[in-house]
Amino acid sequence: MQKEQILEVQNVVKHFDISGGILDQLRFNKGKIYLEKKTVKALNGVSLTINKGETFSVVGESGCGKSTLGRTILGLYPPNKGQIFFKGNRIDNLSPKKMLPFRTKMQMIFQDPYASLNPRKTVRTTLEEPIRFHQPSLSKKEIKEKVEEIMAQVGVDPGWADRYPHEFSGGQRQRISIARALMVDPEFIVADEPISALDVSIQAQILNLLMEAQEKRNLSYLFITHDLSVVEHISSRVAVMYLGRICEMGPTENLFDSPRHPYTQALLSAIPKLGETGLKHIKLKGEVPTPIHLPSGCVFHLRCPHANERCKKEIPELITLDNQTQVACHGVEEKRI
Amino acid sequence: MSTKWQQFKNSYFFHSFIHDKVAIVSFVVLVMLVVCSFSAPIIAPHDPYDTTTIDVLDAETPPIWMEGGNPNFLLGTDAQGRDILSTMLYGMRVSLLIGLGAVFLQAFLGVVIGLIAGYFGGKLDSLLMRLADVQLSFSTLMVAIFISAIFQAFFGINKYEELAVPFLIIVIGLAEWPQYARTVRASVLAEKKKEYVEAAKVIGFGSGRIMWKHILPNTLSPILVISTIQVANAIMSEAALSFLGLGMPVTKPSLGSLINSGFEYIFSGSWWITIFPGILLVILILVINLLGDWLRDVLNPKLYKG
Repeated sequence: MQKEQILEVQNVVKHFDISGGILDQLRFNKGKIYLEKKTVKALNGVSLTINKGETFSVVGESGCGKSTLGRTILGLYPPNKGQIFFKGNRIDNLSPKKMLPFRTKMQMIFQDPYASLNPRKTVRTTLEEPIRFHQPSLSKKEIKEKVEEIMAQVGVDPGWADRYPHEFSGGQRQRISIARALMVDPEFIVADEPISALDVSIQAQILNLLMEAQEKRNLSYLFITHDLSVVEHISSRVAVMYLGRICEMGPTENLFDSPRHPYTQALLSAIPKLGETGLKHIKLKGEVPTPIHLPSGCVFHLRCPHANERCKKEIPELITLDNQTQVACHGVEEKRI
Repeated sequence: MSTKWQQFKNSYFFHSFIHDKVAIVSFVVLVMLVVCSFSAPIIAPHDPYDTTTIDVLDAETPPIWMEGGNPNFLLGTDAQGRDILSTMLYGMRVSLLIGLGAVFLQAFLGVVIGLIAGYFGGKLDSLLMRLADVQLSFSTLMVAIFISAIFQAFFGINKYEELAVPFLIIVIGLAEWPQYARTVRASVLAEKKKEYVEAAKVIGFGSGRIMWKHILPNTLSPILVISTIQVANAIMSEAALSFLGLGMPVTKPSLGSLINSGFEYIFSGSWWITIFPGILLVILILVINLLGDWLRDVLNPKLYKG
């Protein structure tokens, strides 16, 4: 049965111009002066769909574009190409005003709990602001009640509402950050590495809080992380990203049990397992190329042990396998891997 | 209210204040000077603006402790027979008024331009900052001399005397806004990358609201620090202009024009006309600068002294 889609991303491309002013762009080569534009190719044609009520995880190493993906979906960065649909409505080209109704439906939780709360605002102001903005008809009392209700829900004593962020610990701040996202009753939340800045003991609490909120409110998450054990624990589907492309995507269990893409295989082999003797890491050669000069063909071909001539020239498309996973690899398509 | 006061008493700000003798002395002196100058009409023994009370025969009376001193005039009189003490009090009021007014104007212009340049970036930022560079490359005095010369030529000296205070506020305010714009822009560039700004964008707030309500409060401490220095600078600029004869007219003297008016008599023995306003000006600038230094140290956690 087809599940109800909440978000659809189609071929989104996001390049950042880092060439600076016109003087920085000037190049002199072989007796010719010309202007050179430098762009960081953060996202190169990413497509995915997220169903209602599921947790969709995006994993990948630093700089692979996973945070950019989350921010582009929420309209913090306008995409260069591609389309984003929220419940069937295209949202990537809306004016800020037309975007407002969707703002209450989509929220974000940030990585750094020390930077994501305004240090000059009390917790109450931080929490009241979004709801006052989006529902100006509510009375003061209703707003106060709502703030207290949500604070209690995320496990922060409502009596502390008049304190400033610096008076809280990292975990508490992250709870407040989650509370702020929940204030407008969203349906979809982008969680950008929400636990990577926290202590391990607090990480579990925050994860449980997120899952609890999901159950109560039927939330959908786009969960961005590089912590594979967390992914396995909480998500229903996973996408693995490398250099701004999705190389493998599918239900968590299938993907973790039988990774097909060589990069996914290498990535998953890095998870230490209890009772395992000897290292079975797949070691990749070389380093991640810079996203300024992308490799031709498959972005992974420089480091792939199975790469051949076709991989150097042709960009692989995602193909769906029998077990519902999608893989972008010529080797898998040709049944070499 | 009492809890707010308690909070303030326990703050690091208050703690470092009561442990810094220089800051306390500067603050007390500054408060005294400000109170005296703004209550000048009440406490001054004479009214230097009221020409009917001035007698030219009293001109150049030395201070009370010198030979020929008159108990009526504590610090002596100037060339027109005005009581120096009263004129100084009134003059300081004019100086402070111009200093504060000019700083408000500078701060307003600078903050708005700095916020816009820093927040929107790109071509707008380049344009505004180049404008600031151009403005900075003219010295305040040059701009002021230029504009006031034009103003006096167009409207005549009488009109100028009437409008001298707002005119000086505008001239000094316009000449020094880049100081604020640059400082604010730098802080905005640092703040706008923080995640709370992105959170505000995700909520859907407009740029104006994010700039004023979210970013600006976080750039206040550098603004506060340069404000103290800029008040001192503005008072000095005004004094310099007045000394050059382009500032406050002699009928409504500021400290600068007082110093100027006495300057001609300094070698003929009437040193008090110049020296007393001079000392007052030095003290005023000094305490403001000392307080500004202290404030900069307190508000910059990287400069905590061991």
